[in-house]
Amino acid sequence: MEFKYDIEGGNFTKAGNASSSIKKILKQLSVEPKIVKRIVVALYEAEVNVVAHAFNGVIIATIDTQKIHIKIEDNGPGIPDIDLAMTAGYSTASAAVREMGFGAGMGLPNMKRNADNLTVSSIVGKGTIVELTTNLN
Amino acid sequence: MKINEITQLLNAKIICGHEYIDHPIKHGFASDLMSDVLTIDTDCILLITGLCNLQTIRTAEMADIQCILFVRDKKASPEMIAIAEENHMVLMECSFSLFNAVGILYQSGLKPVY
Repeated sequence: MEFKYDIEGGNFTKAGNASSSIKKILKQLSVEPKIVKRIVVALYEAEVNVVAHAFNGVIIATIDTQKIHIKIEDNGPGIPDIDLAMTAGYSTASAAVREMGFGAGMGLPNMKRNADNLTVSSIVGKGTIVELTTNLN
Repeated sequence: MKINEITQLLNAKIICGHEYIDHPIKHGFASDLMSDVLTIDTDCILLITGLCNLQTIRTAEMADIQCILFVRDKKASPEMIAIAEENHMVLMECSFSLFNAVGILYQSGLKPVY
């Protein structure tokens, strides 16, 4: 099964809509609640990152009987130093993002903690691709 | 501690989820930083926060938190209430500061997450 969601950069009223939809799908598929939580926490952080930093993006979630693979691709400024961005506490978030309760430099570390596999690739001035893979069993 | 007791201790108003007031709450977690809330693994917790926007509700939804107490007289918007209701959450509002609300709840037996 494949599910696709468009994300609008800067629109915090819609941030979390895709994660919410995927949570409902995983619950319907009777995935264990603790695994659902790990998946959607990682995805939600990724979705908020796109809203916070990029112009727009797309989420493609592919689910089979064994695992979920989620690709989050955005058009945005990109990440110049991915290792630095992975450091807990490092953030380039704006004041508006911080007012939403994010932007403390915990997004990527939270994703890493909650996904079985996380890959991040980025081209400065073009955008970022985050891929999250988690086993469903 | 039942949700009902929390409302009495803090003179809090229940905004939605009246049907769940008998549900037990074992632990409390107070934060205005949602990324910190997303690190919590404990079940049956009360989120105590002064951050009052849609992302507070979305964060609770992702973190399986069913009960949120807004402090400092923050008011939930109709959009927030709609998403909370859809997810069977209890939203409460009180006039206390975060420090004061947490102190009262701790003294009354609500346990910290860590």
